[in-house]
Amino acid sequence: MADVTLRKVIKRYDDVEAVRGIDLDIADHEFVVLVGPSGCGKSTTLRMIAGLEDITDGDIMIGGDVVNDVPPKDRDIAMVFQNYALYPHMTVAENMSFGLRLKHYPKAEIKSRVTEAARMLDITDLIDRKPKQLSGGQRQRVAMGRAIVRNPKVFLFDEPLSNLDAKLRVQMRIEIKKVHQKVRTTTVYVTHDQVEAMTLADRVVVMNHGRIEQIGTPNELYHHPATRFVAGFIGSPAMNFIPCRLEEAGGSLNIRLTDRIAFPLPPARAARYQTVPRNEKLLLGLRPEHITEAKQHKEPGVENFDTVLDVTEPMGMETLIYFMLEEVEVCGRVNPNAGARDGGPLRLAVDLNNMHLLNEGTGVVL
Amino acid sequence: MTSTIVIDKAAPTRAVKYGSMSRDRTWALRWSYFFLTLFAVFSLVPPIYMLITSLKSSAEISAATNPWWVFHPTLSNYVELLSSNQFLTFFRNSAFVSIFVVTITMLISIPAAFALSRMRFWGSATLATGVFLTYLIPDSLLFLPLFKMFAVFGDWTGIQLINRWYVLLFVYPTLTVPFCTWIMIGYFASIPKELDEAAIIDGASWFQTLTRIFIPVAMPGLIAATIFAFTVSWAQFLYPLVFTTSTDQLVLPVGIITSLIKGDVFNWGQIMTGALLGAAPPLIIYAFLMDYYIAGLTAGATKG
Amino acid sequence: MVDFALQPNSVPETRAKRKRASLRTALKRKSTAAFLMTLPLILLISIMVIYPAFYSLHLATLNKSMQRFVGFGNFEFLFKRETFWLVVKQSCIFAITAVVFKALIGFIVAHFVHNIPVKGQRKWRGMLLVPWVIPPAMSTLAWLWLFDPSYSAFNYTLSFFGIGPIPWTGDASWARFSVILVNIWYGAPFFMIMYLASLKSVPEQLYEAAAIDGANWWQRIWYVTLPMMRNIIAITTLFSLIVTFANFDIVRILTSGGPLDHTHIFATWAFRVGIEGGDIPLGASVSLFMFPILAIAAVFILRDINKRGNEA
Repeated sequence: MADVTLRKVIKRYDDVEAVRGIDLDIADHEFVVLVGPSGCGKSTTLRMIAGLEDITDGDIMIGGDVVNDVPPKDRDIAMVFQNYALYPHMTVAENMSFGLRLKHYPKAEIKSRVTEAARMLDITDLIDRKPKQLSGGQRQRVAMGRAIVRNPKVFLFDEPLSNLDAKLRVQMRIEIKKVHQKVRTTTVYVTHDQVEAMTLADRVVVMNHGRIEQIGTPNELYHHPATRFVAGFIGSPAMNFIPCRLEEAGGSLNIRLTDRIAFPLPPARAARYQTVPRNEKLLLGLRPEHITEAKQHKEPGVENFDTVLDVTEPMGMETLIYFMLEEVEVCGRVNPNAGARDGGPLRLAVDLNNMHLLNEGTGVVL
Repeated sequence: MTSTIVIDKAAPTRAVKYGSMSRDRTWALRWSYFFLTLFAVFSLVPPIYMLITSLKSSAEISAATNPWWVFHPTLSNYVELLSSNQFLTFFRNSAFVSIFVVTITMLISIPAAFALSRMRFWGSATLATGVFLTYLIPDSLLFLPLFKMFAVFGDWTGIQLINRWYVLLFVYPTLTVPFCTWIMIGYFASIPKELDEAAIIDGASWFQTLTRIFIPVAMPGLIAATIFAFTVSWAQFLYPLVFTTSTDQLVLPVGIITSLIKGDVFNWGQIMTGALLGAAPPLIIYAFLMDYYIAGLTAGATKG
Repeated sequence: MVDFALQPNSVPETRAKRKRASLRTALKRKSTAAFLMTLPLILLISIMVIYPAFYSLHLATLNKSMQRFVGFGNFEFLFKRETFWLVVKQSCIFAITAVVFKALIGFIVAHFVHNIPVKGQRKWRGMLLVPWVIPPAMSTLAWLWLFDPSYSAFNYTLSFFGIGPIPWTGDASWARFSVILVNIWYGAPFFMIMYLASLKSVPEQLYEAAAIDGANWWQRIWYVTLPMMRNIIAITTLFSLIVTFANFDIVRILTSGGPLDHTHIFATWAFRVGIEGGDIPLGASVSLFMFPILAIAAVFILRDINKRGNEA
């Protein structure tokens, strides 16, 4: 068990900078998920922690020791790969015990650890099978078992669920969470799937273009994104970004979306945005769940407006609606009984208490 | 057939169409079997004729009876050959050469293929291509300079290699190593990179990665390469013909031709027996490991 | 956590620098290990293949006793000899005819094997590959016996049809035919196996799509099979061209180049001149003529490999 620290870590391939200076502190027992689009440097970061890639500059510390030049086997880490990387010629038990056998652990010790891990993962019956005879989910469990028996300081997961079908992915996600609750090993988990990141992580690290965009708990990231990238990446369907301007309107502050539509800001928000220069190009960030059908009684900060829908997507418990504001397509979530239909008119309500205001040029949330 | 086609063209009704299709299929099958039988006969006549002749006595052979039939089968040719020291020496030389060459080939090819497929270093890509090109250089281009080289080497150092069976251990690997390295590179390259990374994290050194992961996983390729190296060494004819002359140094193919053909006296019963015995090891390997044999054969072209 | 890392800023800096140097040596060690692992291969290829190849260039410029430099003397001598031009002609006829027929027969047989139910394919494939498995020196002996002037089993059979006796190895034209026939017998299975493997890799849907488009069997071969197999056909043919051009065993055992040098090809003539005639430089000069065809074939094969490398 150990904490992991990255200090100004840089990875350069020839002339491409894959990772551009990362600072990250992962506490003992913590489950941290690195998430971002492909090519954002998350996998490279993980592989540098593992020691599979050397670092160009900076320091990586595991348990307080700088491990920059420590080979992977001496870092006391275990890794689960996307394609499981099970040794095809070994049985499940042999796969799991390979690392221990290389380190010449006593036979009895190996056996008890494998048995224990197999029981934890519910693969006791499969222990003598070869990987070829296993299903995807079972292989995934074996790969995890191989990591668990080593009892390492740190678990590293590299997109472990992306080869599974959607249903199994949900199941294994829960499985991984359960295992972490039992063994409490510090875990670094890489994924491109924000749902996985949100559901698994104690803290999520959102990466983009080799840099960290934001670090925070899933709720922090969802409710208080720091940048447009994070705001757009976390949450599905994604947050709407609507071009807007602030205007003075007789002592209060209005937000103008189109020539036709402008809303007064709620007092708390108005105070917060007082210093924002007027007439600067801004973006209104609104999550789809904050654009709903208009209610009977008007709540403070909730403003109504009329629009004509383009497309509706009934999901059962809710209906997703899409409509155009000027040139921008906006998504909202309404009650299935709200009477939304393709091409039909609908009166909508926007909840400005949960709005975000972004600088269009810098992408920073104000 | 003809009538069906006419009907087809006139009015393609459903029933007729189906009928003609299945009939076409049956005929295609019949023709396939007919031609396959023809080709199989063509393929098998020489080896079968070897067997027929080997069971005949010299008297029956020279009596010019029906050559395709054995009237008085006898094993005397086999008994005679297998109790002749000379033939057993040929066989032993061939076995020694082949086994040693297979070993040498594997010792050179496997580490080289591992290095070339996994550990990139300066010039490794060029070397991999070079290995393949070497495989294209035939024995008949090199036997003269090699012969002269060994003669010169003998003059300089006093170590006489010409006319010793073990000179073939130096020469045969030029035929086996390039191809075996090439197909092993193919097999090793098909092992996912994560597998060696998993092994590295499990604490394996690169040598352990090779012996405990790569070799077992690429075992089918290894067997195919071994079979290839063995059959090439066993069948090689030009090099032993050039480099060895004394009867006690000859390998089987050359031995049979030089010792059983005395002047223009052909003892066909014994020659065919010898040829059949000489063909036996590759045939036996082929019979038991046909899939590996074919994998090795096709690997050169498809793995590239 | 955060201030812990910020305050001893200078210490990890220097430590990191030192460590980075050691990582470089580790990387260097890895590539040294890789180099050492390929060293036997490099030595083998350079001493036993590349050096002799250049050495034969040198040999070709010496006189018979190998004491005097004669420049292109050997080549001038060769160009003036009728036998040499005979050998050139025969090598080309031998290689081209044999390869064309091997390719054709291989293609046809592969189709027939592919055509029959999968269950039986293994058995047929097994029988049809036997000629390739038997060492050619051994099987050629069987052919020699089948072609025997007085006891030929073929002539015995043909005599029932009123044909023959055919001088299989005695007459120049028949001897050429026999040599090519044996080569086809030996080499066609290789083509068959290659084509069969690539036939199996053509997706069945393509044929179904072609059938729906109304293609008959001939059009299916022409528009689906052949284009899909183009690569394999090309590379197998080139391989075979090299091997056939450089063939030694079959001609040597079947005819020894006779009658009257009418079946000699480069390899057997180089052996006759260089080893049996004791004129190594002249023999080396002869075998060097195999080089251009090899080089051309190698260029084509390499181009194909590179192309495939890029696709992958």
